[in-house]
Amino acid sequence: MEPNNLPNPNPSTDHGISAYYQTRAEHHAVVTSDWLAQAQAAVTRNAAVPEVLPKIAATGGSRAAGSGKAFSVIDEFNYWRKKPDLAEAVAAIMALAAFIRSSEATTMMELEIELKKASDTLKSWDTTSISLSAGCDLFMRYVTRTSALEYEDFNAAKLRLIERGEKFGEISLKARRTIAMLGQDFVFDGSTILVHGYSRVVLEVLKLAASNRKMFRVLCTEGRPDRTGLRFSNELAQLGVPVKLLIDSAVAYTMDEVDMVFVGADGVVESGGIINMMGTYQIALVAHCMNKPVYVAAESYKFARLYPLDQKDLAPAIRPIEFGVPIPSGVEVERNARDYTPPQYLTLLFTDLGVLTPSVVSDELIQLYL
Amino acid sequence: MDSRRLPRTVIDPKVRLVGFFTSGDPPPARFNPNTADATAATAAAISSSSQNSDINLTGNSLSPVMIPPLRRMSPRRCDEMQMPIGSYNPSESLLGTSPSRRGINGPDFSEVATSAWLGISGSMKAAASFPGSSGEMMMVGKNGGNALVKNMDTTELAAKTVPGVTEKDGGTLTDMKNEGAGTVRHQKQMTTRAERRAIQEAQRASKAAAMMDEKDGGTRTDIKNEGAGTVRHQKQTTTKAERRAIQEAQRASKAVTMMDGKGGKSIASTGGGAPSISNQEKVLKQSQKKDGPQETGATSEKKVSRNPDKDRKKDIPQPRMQFDDKNRVEKAKRRAVVNQFEARNRVELFRHLPQYEHGPQLPYLESKFFHLDNIHPSVYKVGLKYLSGTITGGNARCQEMLLAFREAIIDYSTPPEKVLVRDLTSKIGSYVSFLIECRPLSVSMGNAIRFLKNRVAKLHHNVSESEAKSRLISDVDRFINEKIIVADQIIVQHAVTKIRDGDVLLIYGYSTVVEMILLHAHEQGKQFRVMVVDSRPKLEGKILLRKLVMKGLSCTYTHINAISYVMHEVKCVFLGASAILSNGTVFSRVGTACIAMVAHAFRVPVLICCEAYKFHERVQLDSICSNELGNPDVISNVPGKEDVNHLANWADHKNLQLLNLFYDATPSDYVSMIVTEHGMVPPTSVPVIVREYGKDQFIF
Repeated sequence: MEPNNLPNPNPSTDHGISAYYQTRAEHHAVVTSDWLAQAQAAVTRNAAVPEVLPKIAATGGSRAAGSGKAFSVIDEFNYWRKKPDLAEAVAAIMALAAFIRSSEATTMMELEIELKKASDTLKSWDTTSISLSAGCDLFMRYVTRTSALEYEDFNAAKLRLIERGEKFGEISLKARRTIAMLGQDFVFDGSTILVHGYSRVVLEVLKLAASNRKMFRVLCTEGRPDRTGLRFSNELAQLGVPVKLLIDSAVAYTMDEVDMVFVGADGVVESGGIINMMGTYQIALVAHCMNKPVYVAAESYKFARLYPLDQKDLAPAIRPIEFGVPIPSGVEVERNARDYTPPQYLTLLFTDLGVLTPSVVSDELIQLYL
Repeated sequence: MDSRRLPRTVIDPKVRLVGFFTSGDPPPARFNPNTADATAATAAAISSSSQNSDINLTGNSLSPVMIPPLRRMSPRRCDEMQMPIGSYNPSESLLGTSPSRRGINGPDFSEVATSAWLGISGSMKAAASFPGSSGEMMMVGKNGGNALVKNMDTTELAAKTVPGVTEKDGGTLTDMKNEGAGTVRHQKQMTTRAERRAIQEAQRASKAAAMMDEKDGGTRTDIKNEGAGTVRHQKQTTTKAERRAIQEAQRASKAVTMMDGKGGKSIASTGGGAPSISNQEKVLKQSQKKDGPQETGATSEKKVSRNPDKDRKKDIPQPRMQFDDKNRVEKAKRRAVVNQFEARNRVELFRHLPQYEHGPQLPYLESKFFHLDNIHPSVYKVGLKYLSGTITGGNARCQEMLLAFREAIIDYSTPPEKVLVRDLTSKIGSYVSFLIECRPLSVSMGNAIRFLKNRVAKLHHNVSESEAKSRLISDVDRFINEKIIVADQIIVQHAVTKIRDGDVLLIYGYSTVVEMILLHAHEQGKQFRVMVVDSRPKLEGKILLRKLVMKGLSCTYTHINAISYVMHEVKCVFLGASAILSNGTVFSRVGTACIAMVAHAFRVPVLICCEAYKFHERVQLDSICSNELGNPDVISNVPGKEDVNHLANWADHKNLQLLNLFYDATPSDYVSMIVTEHGMVPPTSVPVIVREYGKDQFIF
């Protein structure tokens, strides 16, 4: 459950930037080449860093070949996670599906064991990503459940698994649409919504609300240091929604004019709390203080069997932070990319399973992993 | 509270019909006399002054029952019949002269109802083997039957068959009962049934009418139950055995009403006053003839009936024994093996819990070891260990109990003329009631017993005895292994992930699983410190402290008084639990709630480590309504300091009560996480686990 101590076989995370964060940066953030360079320079302590780029090249090759031994589930995963609009959990499931296709196992049992190994390597490759491990767990769960159907012959079962894996992207998109349908009901005319970070699901909700001619206003936090808020406000402005950009420290200042807080989630944990971009916790705290509802939009495949007790109870996802000026020597920088918001500060979760209270998350998880 | 509940039992017939309220309700002896009188008066007004016309009336109302297409009529008739059912309570209140007996009647009659049903639904042999129940059955049958004979004395055949036919409308339960009753009657009165009965009827009707007039005067109330009432009045000066027989009869008659009410039928209540009197007299005569056997028969049948009874109402929690209910306590005492002595200065708020003197009964019980009749020696041994406090802790107690049951099952052989499933269930039931006498059951034990009984009940009846025994033994072994041993290992694996280097962990009391967690984390080489918090009078922490220190863990030992002082440096609190209830309330060693609250105030996470078999679907909001009281002496004296004896003769002070509570309830708000073998879950998910895993835990 706590992959803290596992050795990371892939050296690419050793330089301090979590792979999870890289994906995020590529998908959501205003990624400027200069800060990437800057970030790279900031972590040159570990000089020998195998770059991500050669890996991408390698993935293409291995994908084309798809042969048993040479197949690497991690490469496959990396290939998928580069795709925009594809959630990490989906990428993991795609990778596992591809693994099944290339597998030479002849019995269901064998396949299951191999798959377990693959998912373990995938999980340990990036211990910081919750949706990766959630996706792996989910798919494994599906496989073990399906293989219970013994009457089916092996090839049919295998095909079914592959099909399921490849359909998952679709399922994920559908989940997003479902959430948007559910969530837009909560947006009422004349409301002011505070959003934090760049979440595709939240964007979907607001898009749908806007297309339903709801009149609302959005306050975007800046989302330091990767400025995700800038991109989010950009998207909203294109939809014609009035947006106001705040610096992250202005949340409490503006909270009294806010009607509701909308956030996405990297992972929803068993307690019903969420793990999300750094700053979510303090926004939730402020909102709780001022009795404003905090809504979380998250697909159900982000539900993870994790139970952090406090902020430090999670493997930190390290990211580079640029301050514009050189950091004084001897000063430490908190570089964690996310925090944990306990369930008591959340009002509702919009998921594809429905609108849930935080305590239902655990119930769903128990039933899923029964 | 009583005054609020009582009118309901009197007035609302539906409450009566459901049957569960009876056992929890205060004894009818405490009925509000005004309401009782009022209802009695109305009932008297309803029932005509002349008894014969009354009987005829009811007889007539019965007659359409015999015509087959009754089915449509029955609901309406049921409604009509609710009147007498409801108003039979006043007559019951007339019987209030001896409260203790009524106390017995109240809670037990639903039980007897099942026993009647059970005895007959089974083979004829089974029914015959319980003389008591067969007696009841006769009565059951004749409540309806006699009236019919009266009506149409020529058609004896009709009289015989009608109860069965009419009951069929009511539903299978009543149906079976009355058919059975029919057969019993068959046996008893072979040929000239109808004639003889007709004669008897006439005689008794007149006799009873006369008697009624003398004794009851105008207060005659109900159609049926006043029968019981008269018998009671009549026999006020009878022997114990007779009184017992009367009780039986009453119970059975009540049972009939219950059943009928449920099935939408009330054959019994149409039986009329005179016939029911006659029935009871008959039963009485029978029991007088053989009161010894009947008594044993009645008790054994009660035990048998208990389990299916529970099976049927599994979804509704059994009311607990309330020890401030004098009648029930007395009744329980009569059956008890262990003679407990009431403590002298009982704590007022906790009067509903058993408060006994501790100590004196143990040598006596030990000496009784070789005179056991129906308790297996290993069970007896375990019971004595509970009593003396040698075995404590939820897991240990449950495990010992299961092992004792396992022994008992190995040594078990089905007595001739009995069915293994039923006999073994009743055996286990008697063992359990012995263990309860020694010490109240914990939730874990309750769940284990429920599991075992379920396994016994699920045995197919054509399984051979040895096969059944070996299956049960393996079930017991599996329960111990899966639910306790392996579960603990998984809990340890989960919980260890929450221990990090440099942590300070606070533990309280002595929980085996917490000990395992700490030792395991230590073996993994994690660097952490343990704060062992302890409290008087048990000082269980010392045992744990010793074990931990021996293994080389660095520990701090303190008492609960210092909890707010030490809490600020604590990183995490690990606690065990005796039970976790479905609202997330944690039931654990007294003091746990205090620890959890202080931890919550300091924002320290509280982890409860508990196996899922200790989860219970009950909900409890305080630690008062269900708890255990220990020996008050242990808190009054200070160990090792003989000169500090300010409370030496505390029991002599009437206004001083010492309270030694065993458990307390921690609200779920103070619990951050519950670690079970099914993973780490928030306290809000307890009902989900109970629901999802409880199914296969008890049914498989």
